[in-house]
Amino acid sequence: MKHFALLLRTVAAWAVTLLVVFPLIWLVLTSFKTEMQAIAVPPQLFFTPTLESFAEVNLRSDYLLHAGNSVITSVFSTFLGLAIAAPAAYSMAFFRTRRTRDILMWMLSTKMMPAVGALVPVYVLAQTAGLLDSLTALIVVFTLSNLPIMVWMLYSGFKDIPPDILEAARMDGASVWGEFLHVIRPLAMGTLASTALLCLVLAWNEAFWSLNLSSAKAGTLATLIASYSSPEGLFWAKLSAASLMAIAPIVVVGWFSQKQLVQGLTFGAVK
Amino acid sequence: MSFLELHGVEKHFGTLKAIKGIDLAVEKGEFVVFVGPSGCGKSTLLRMIAGLTEIDAGSLRLDGRDITKLASSKRDLAMVFQSYALYPHMSVADNMSFALRLANVDKGVIREKVQRAAEILNLTQYLQRTPKELSGGQRQRVAIGRAIVRAPKVFLFDEPLSNLDAALRGQTRVEIAKLHRELGATTIYVTHDQVEAMTLADRVVVLRDGAIEQVGSPLELYDRPANRFVAQFIGTPQMNLIDTAKLPALREAVGAALVTDGFIGVRPENVIVRPAGGGRLSGRVELVESLGADTLIYASVEGQGDHGVQLIARQNERTGLHPGDAVGLDIVPASFHLFDRQGHTVAARAA
Repeated sequence: MKHFALLLRTVAAWAVTLLVVFPLIWLVLTSFKTEMQAIAVPPQLFFTPTLESFAEVNLRSDYLLHAGNSVITSVFSTFLGLAIAAPAAYSMAFFRTRRTRDILMWMLSTKMMPAVGALVPVYVLAQTAGLLDSLTALIVVFTLSNLPIMVWMLYSGFKDIPPDILEAARMDGASVWGEFLHVIRPLAMGTLASTALLCLVLAWNEAFWSLNLSSAKAGTLATLIASYSSPEGLFWAKLSAASLMAIAPIVVVGWFSQKQLVQGLTFGAVK
Repeated sequence: MSFLELHGVEKHFGTLKAIKGIDLAVEKGEFVVFVGPSGCGKSTLLRMIAGLTEIDAGSLRLDGRDITKLASSKRDLAMVFQSYALYPHMSVADNMSFALRLANVDKGVIREKVQRAAEILNLTQYLQRTPKELSGGQRQRVAIGRAIVRAPKVFLFDEPLSNLDAALRGQTRVEIAKLHRELGATTIYVTHDQVEAMTLADRVVVLRDGAIEQVGSPLELYDRPANRFVAQFIGTPQMNLIDTAKLPALREAVGAALVTDGFIGVRPENVIVRPAGGGRLSGRVELVESLGADTLIYASVEGQGDHGVQLIARQNERTGLHPGDAVGLDIVPASFHLFDRQGHTVAARAA
């Protein structure tokens, strides 16, 4: 009976896993097919892999430019976000007022509005500032859109640090920066790392704003993918190849940091 | 001018005045204890001196310098927290040397100071451990070590023993007293435990509702309480406090002609239990607590109204009395305290 339950659980787990990774498997397989193989019915599971699509993508568009833009925007927006969110979370976690809760809710509520709701004002602002199709605009917008999540995550992590310890550091002569550097940073390393990683991933995958605010010059990898679903028609193999090249770096980063990520996302649940 | 001076120090929480204008002067090398019931503001006052809680009115001077608005980190005070507040990610040695490292003190000097503090506190073999690997008593000693390594101007203790079990508490109390004698450091110590206050303090500050009730040496407070609150707060078991209206016979028993009516206070050790029919008062035993060295006898004396008036007697001799036995009671001559209806001491101690 016990064995049966275990078997059932295993099967269920595998089924869910397959369901989740199916699109990814399809994507990987398709990217190594020719366009003809890609649209074949029934789909071919066994075929001679070819790098044709990858070569085509590299030829037709500047992968490195887009990849570079993705790296710059996600890294800078993450650091900028941390620089703003950490002090905010610090003050809310350690100097609570009656309205702290409300401020946190208000911040989160901004994420409840669809991004498209803010499209026009943001677009006009970017245009007026002459920042359309610039990395600066993307960095600013990515930072702002990730800030609520960053503040929440850091706040939750900081809250687990007993305030006495910070007061002790203060008595020991630590400045606010000293407190952060010597006490909060080492104690909240998991939170800080997972917050940074999550925002890196979110910024990397961000498509809405990059599609609307950038084109040839500042386009990120998300816009590269989108450019393969063009008026000329869908080219599944090339689209897949471009997607794979776009998500590969962040998947690798995520793979190596999943321990940190999980630790941070479960907050103080496991002490 | 005193070493540490508080002038009209106040703390407001909204409309509530948590600290109501405290004036206090602490001399260099003095061990001052703030004592009072929970909620009296003693910890708040300590935190205000530490700079962890803002001072809303009044001024604070340390060693001739106004530090009312100065940040904690610049006050040169060390604090031992109730929760110890050790840095969990640092070894014992790093915990103790943190302040010195922040101040960029020479590494050799730091090592020497940490070594010395560790020897004084018996922590030498634990220097490389983290706080997690230590017992409560050891953590407490690390917290004290962290303070003494710095040689600060004033040591602040915020109920440092309340997380320890009774045996360890007594032991650590003795160690703190010894440490203070050796280092001679100015110390302010907060506790709700009047035994700690009595045993450690050069001077005790009794606080209630954010105001000072009395300041004095432990025995001054014991022998000459300024009011009913201090009289009852200091000493266990509590001072017997009897309403003159309820027990007129007591007036004669203590041999005092009261000017006004009010309360008569008698410490338990000044109540003498005699065989039935012996004393000036007669009563009945309600409870006997035999503590070995001490014996407490709770006796009920008939007074005005429905209920008897309870008197607690404390004696060194053991007793064969049982609840229900009739006894006589006497009060040691001139050992009583008089309080008026408002609770103020009428005469310090009638002669």
